[in-house]
This record gives sequence, C-alpha cells and structure tokens, in this order.
Amino acid sequence: MKVSFTINGQAQSIEIEDGNTPLLWVVRDMLDLKGTKFGCGKAACGACTLHVDGEAVRSCSYAVKFAEGKSVTTIEGLGTRENPHPVQQAWVEHVVPQCGYCQPGFMMATAALLEKNPNPTDEDIDNNIINVCRCATYVRMRKAIHRAAELTQSANQTS
Amino acid sequence: MRSQKLLYVIPVLLCASILFAGGFTNSEPNGAAEGSSEELSSSSEENFDKMMAVLMHKRCVNCHPSDNIPKQGEDSHPHYFDMARGEGNLGYQATTCNTCHQSENNDYSGVPGAPEWSLAPESMKWEGLTRTEIAESMLDPKRNGGRTHHEVMEHLTEHELVLWAWEPGIDAAGNHRELPPVPVEEYIEAVKAWFEAGAVIPAE
Ligand code: FES
Ligand code: FES
Repeated sequence: MKVSFTINGQAQSIEIEDGNTPLLWVVRDMLDLKGTKFGCGKAACGACTLHVDGEAVRSCSYAVKFAEGKSVTTIEGLGTRENPHPVQQAWVEHVVPQCGYCQPGFMMATAALLEKNPNPTDEDIDNNIINVCRCATYVRMRKAIHRAAELTQSANQTS
Repeated sequence: MRSQKLLYVIPVLLCASILFAGGFTNSEPNGAAEGSSEELSSSSEENFDKMMAVLMHKRCVNCHPSDNIPKQGEDSHPHYFDMARGEGNLGYQATTCNTCHQSENNDYSGVPGAPEWSLAPESMKWEGLTRTEIAESMLDPKRNGGRTHHEVMEHLTEHELVLWAWEPGIDAAGNHRELPPVPVEEYIEAVKAWFEAGAVIPAE
C-alpha cells in the first residue's frame, strides 16, 4: 500500500506491503532518520516518541497506515543546530544526556507537553513525562523541562 | 517521571481462570412475547445472567475503575506508568490514551486499541460493585450519561469499544487476551431480549 504524509515539513510517500508496520520502523529504516530510537517496542519506554499532528505518539505502537495525510515530526525536525527548539536549548544548558539513547524521546514528549501546557508544574511533569531513562538523568531532565518552559515563555513574549 | 521503576516490568500478562465459565451455550434466543409470566421471568433472568457475566468480565471492568486508575491484563493490575483518568477520561495533557492506544489493536507492540479508546466516565464506576449494583448504575440516567434504556441497549450491543472485548488482540508477550465468557452473538441477543422484556433486575 501507499502511505503519504509529511515528515519534518517534507512531503513523503512510501510503498509498503504491511500498513501495520510500525511508523518507527519506517522512520528509521526507510527514511533513514535515526534520531528516533527503538527501546522496548511495546509502548513502554518512550524512546520512540515523535509527534503526529502535534501529538506525542509512541511510534513503535503506531501503524504507519494511520500516518496517511498527517504531519509527522521527529527529533530531526524539532529545531536546528543554529536555531534549536527551546527544549533542545535547555537540554544543552543542563547537559542532560548521559548515554543519550532515551533523550530524543524525552525531548519530543517535553515539546508536546509545552505545547499544551507552557508552564508545567512538577506534578504535570510527573504525569506527562513518563518515558524511561536507564541512565537515570531524571533530575537534570526536570530542571531542563522547567528551563525549556522559561525559554518558551520568553520567546513568546519577544515575538 | 515516576516510571523508571516500570520498564523492568514489560507487560507479561497473566492468564487467570475464566469467570462464570460454562452454562451459556446452546440456549435458545429468548422471545419475550410468548409464554407464561413464570417462563418470561426465568428467561429474563437467564438473559440477565448472560449479560452480567460479560459486563463483570475484566475486558469490561478494567476500564470502569472505581479509583480513576485504569486496570490492565487478566489480573486487572493498575495500568503501568501511573496512567490515570486525567482530563476527559483520556489521560493527561500530553500523554493521553492515544499516545499509545490507537483505533485498532497493535499486534507488533501488543497494545490494545479500538475507536474512542478511553476510560468510562467516573459516574460509571463498576469496579468492586455486585452485578445488581452494576445493572442499577447502568440504568440510572444520573450515572449512565443520561441514556435511555434503548440507548444503553444500543451502547452495550453496538459500540465498537464494547465489542472490542471479543477481539481483544494479543498482549505484549504475544498471548491472546481472554474473551468474555459468552459468545458475542449470544450476548447481544441476551441484552436485547432483557431490555425488550422490561430490563428487570432480579433480586440478588
Ligand atoms: S520503543 Fe516505543 S515505547 Fe519503547
Ligand atoms: S541517557 Fe542513557 S538511557 Fe537515558
């Protein structure tokens, strides 16, 4: 079957035998965007989190056929080196990653949270950011999430 | 970020013994129009038994919690990752049911899915209730979302999320989820006949 969607702003059409193939596999293995990671494949860890029409989705558990006509954003499309997304900026400032494997998923989940809630409390963070980091970078991550909220708000005030 | 403890518990869903097993096959569909009143009430009770055997099954009750925490699996354990009712019965702001659950079961991940995947509203808490209490709650417009009997009957026999119980897919370990103890056609017939006969809740 053919599935057409935009990914990081680019129109994309793929031909795939099984429309139930996880979007994660398509993103990584067909579109060669390796930033989105495979952790558990069971929607349990969040390493594969990306956005579909602005909503955080665990792409290991998202059939590619559901992406038809939608807009997908991966970590590669969140910001650029020159113009990082506030979440990426905050992550750099707080030197959050250790091994780094889980981090794209966390950053995508955080970006989705800030879209809905620009000033999340610790409780909001606990409720919404439920990915898993085996290196336990949670303390730095929490600081970075609050910092990203600050950066987002100051960007909104100046624009 | 409370879930770090949870990855180690990749859902291995336990098989539990079937509740209310047996006794529901080979019965005739119940026509409410003919027969003595004794026959009518016994067939109505039979239909009630079949309906409630389904509605009290974990495939239904797991999403009708009394503590705002969805349940999972054959052992009805609290949903992993501290997921809870959240806003509009759909989880939290940016981590909703649909972050993981889509409109179909996903056989790659073992994550179940159906259209309108969500918790039943808080007023429809069934967990821990007796079958009579569940039936009363189901018929009470204050608790059933203002539905008439006919609308409740339609919900129970036509709603895709309800009927998902008979196509629950496989779990994360690749095991088929347990089905309700009454075949779907027999359940639908029993529910319709019970409502047509006046939706009488028998005494416990
Ligand atoms: S790889 Fe998708 S949630 Fe773990
Ligand atoms: S930084 Fe290593 S798993 Fe999170």
